[in-house]
Amino acid sequence: MAKSGGPAGPSAIMVERTFRSRIADYVTQTWAVAAAEVQKLYHDPLELFTRAVQPVLWLMLFGEVMARVRGVAPGNLPYLDYLAAGILAQSALFVAIFYGISAIWEHDLGVLQRYLASPAPRSALVLGKAISAGVRALSQALIVYILALLLGVAINLNPLNIAGVAAAIVLGSGLFSTLSLIIACVVKTRERFMGIGQVLTMPIFFASNAIYPLSLMPPWLNVVSHVNPLTYEVDALRALMLTRGVSDYGLMLDFGVMAAATAVLVAVAAKMYGRMGY
Amino acid sequence: MSEQNSNASPAEPAVRISELTRRFGDLTAVDRVSLSIATGEIFGLIGPNGAGKSTLIRMLTTLLSPTSGTATIAGHDIVNEPAEVRRHIGYVPQLLSADGSLTGYENMLLSARLYGVPRAERKQRIERALARMGLAEAAHHLAGHYSGGMIRRLEIAQSLLHRPEVLILDEPTVGLDPAARDTVWERVLELRSRFHRTMIVTSHLMNEVDQFCDRIALIDRGRIVAVGTPAELKARVGPGATLDDVFIRLVAAREEEQEGGYGEVRRARRAIRDHG
Ligand SMILES: Nc1ncnc2c1ncn2[C@@H]1O[C@H](COP(=O)(O)OP(=O)(O)OP(=O)(O)O)[C@@H](O)[C@H]1O
Ligand SMILES: [Mg+2]
Repeated sequence: MAKSGGPAGPSAIMVERTFRSRIADYVTQTWAVAAAEVQKLYHDPLELFTRAVQPVLWLMLFGEVMARVRGVAPGNLPYLDYLAAGILAQSALFVAIFYGISAIWEHDLGVLQRYLASPAPRSALVLGKAISAGVRALSQALIVYILALLLGVAINLNPLNIAGVAAAIVLGSGLFSTLSLIIACVVKTRERFMGIGQVLTMPIFFASNAIYPLSLMPPWLNVVSHVNPLTYEVDALRALMLTRGVSDYGLMLDFGVMAAATAVLVAVAAKMYGRMGY
Repeated sequence: MSEQNSNASPAEPAVRISELTRRFGDLTAVDRVSLSIATGEIFGLIGPNGAGKSTLIRMLTTLLSPTSGTATIAGHDIVNEPAEVRRHIGYVPQLLSADGSLTGYENMLLSARLYGVPRAERKQRIERALARMGLAEAAHHLAGHYSGGMIRRLEIAQSLLHRPEVLILDEPTVGLDPAARDTVWERVLELRSRFHRTMIVTSHLMNEVDQFCDRIALIDRGRIVAVGTPAELKARVGPGATLDDVFIRLVAAREEEQEGGYGEVRRARRAIRDHG
């Protein structure tokens, strides 16, 4: 944002505000937004529990039945293990993809004006929102972990693996919540947003390796799934979460794709979010 | 950065608006407005619904970009240096802007962080500001449970945390009872007397504008119709005239409400309802 609002000439303030203090400001501003969202969750945590219902249903109904079908999961991985990582990604996706509605809500209420009138760079605001979506998703992850352990999924509890899972979830949620924010900036009304959110979730979910491997797909769907960032999130989660999980693409590529997609989306969202106040 | 170092020289006005224009399609909401506002002045903007007051203000706060023309606030250009302008102004929008799902303290903390109030000073500044606005007791209650007057006071406190040189208030007293209105104005006057801040205020209440503003601009259909002290404007209409008379005399009578008015009212009402 400092780019688009470039200074016309050096002023006392510009010289005084060193590069390091700018970075510190940027981090504080990003954290300001994320912290506010976490405080809201703290005041009204009910939402977290209602959201837990969906992953429970997927694992206990869909998972238990599909576990009887042989040969879906690759290698000797039990299907429930295979599915657990997919459902972890899915529960985070569902939280993230409807996240933009809060931006519309804030716009309608007028709260958005407070954010946009502040000197915070738009990208810091957008990034703060993305991180808070990640924090929400982590609470989902906890529920999926507990459930998966109860169902006997072989989960890798090595702290490094858990940290890796958390990183993948935060990054993946940041990615899809920022996509959601962009949609919100385009459609501007809650009604239209809900419609598009519903329409978008299913293809992202089914055109990925969340519940079945890409090798089972017809070629065209296989191609689509390869450009779907969710595929890479699931791949990373499978490798990190499960004792017997393996990555098809390598963690470097998984995290690289997610980070690059997030960076592009944040840059686009920062441009659009600033205009949402109009 | 929270100190008052701007590159404005003392002689330069706090706000200088030149030929500022904003069009929405065919509608010219703000039409070549030029104004100078001195440091320490309380400047009132009045005019009928849809006159363009909020549009003018949103350009000054850099939330809306001008179609043409520009303005300088505290020495910074709204078009070329929006981030610097935002750093030096405080803004209380017409619609509610405090977050009802956060406490008063959390709302303040959010502003303090966004505006770069140094960490070491945050807690103290927030607590003092809340106390000054009579919100110390309610600091840790959700703002959604505040009364209209408390919300407004919270918003003003939020917009002052970074000690802005220019404070812009869009209808700060709308929907408030007389006692709450007085409190808002007391704070505004105190800010001017203690810190010599500049203020731009819009209002539909002619008596409060008359009483508290140093100068007033009357805007109609995006244009400035008259500028001057309340006394000057009243003298123009005749002896014994009130600002109401000025308003009615100078604003061309209009047959129909402009479109958009409904949307604005609906949005404001929804905001009030959802907060209340
Ligand atoms: N985003 C927008 N898109 C299109 N038209 C707009 C937009 N914002 C404002 N307008 C129009 O510009 C005109 C000026 O509106 P504005 O809100 O500035 O008036 P105002 O003087 O603040 O009125 P009020 O006293 O009711 O608050 C109105 O006709 C309004 O409908
Ligand atoms: Mg207005």
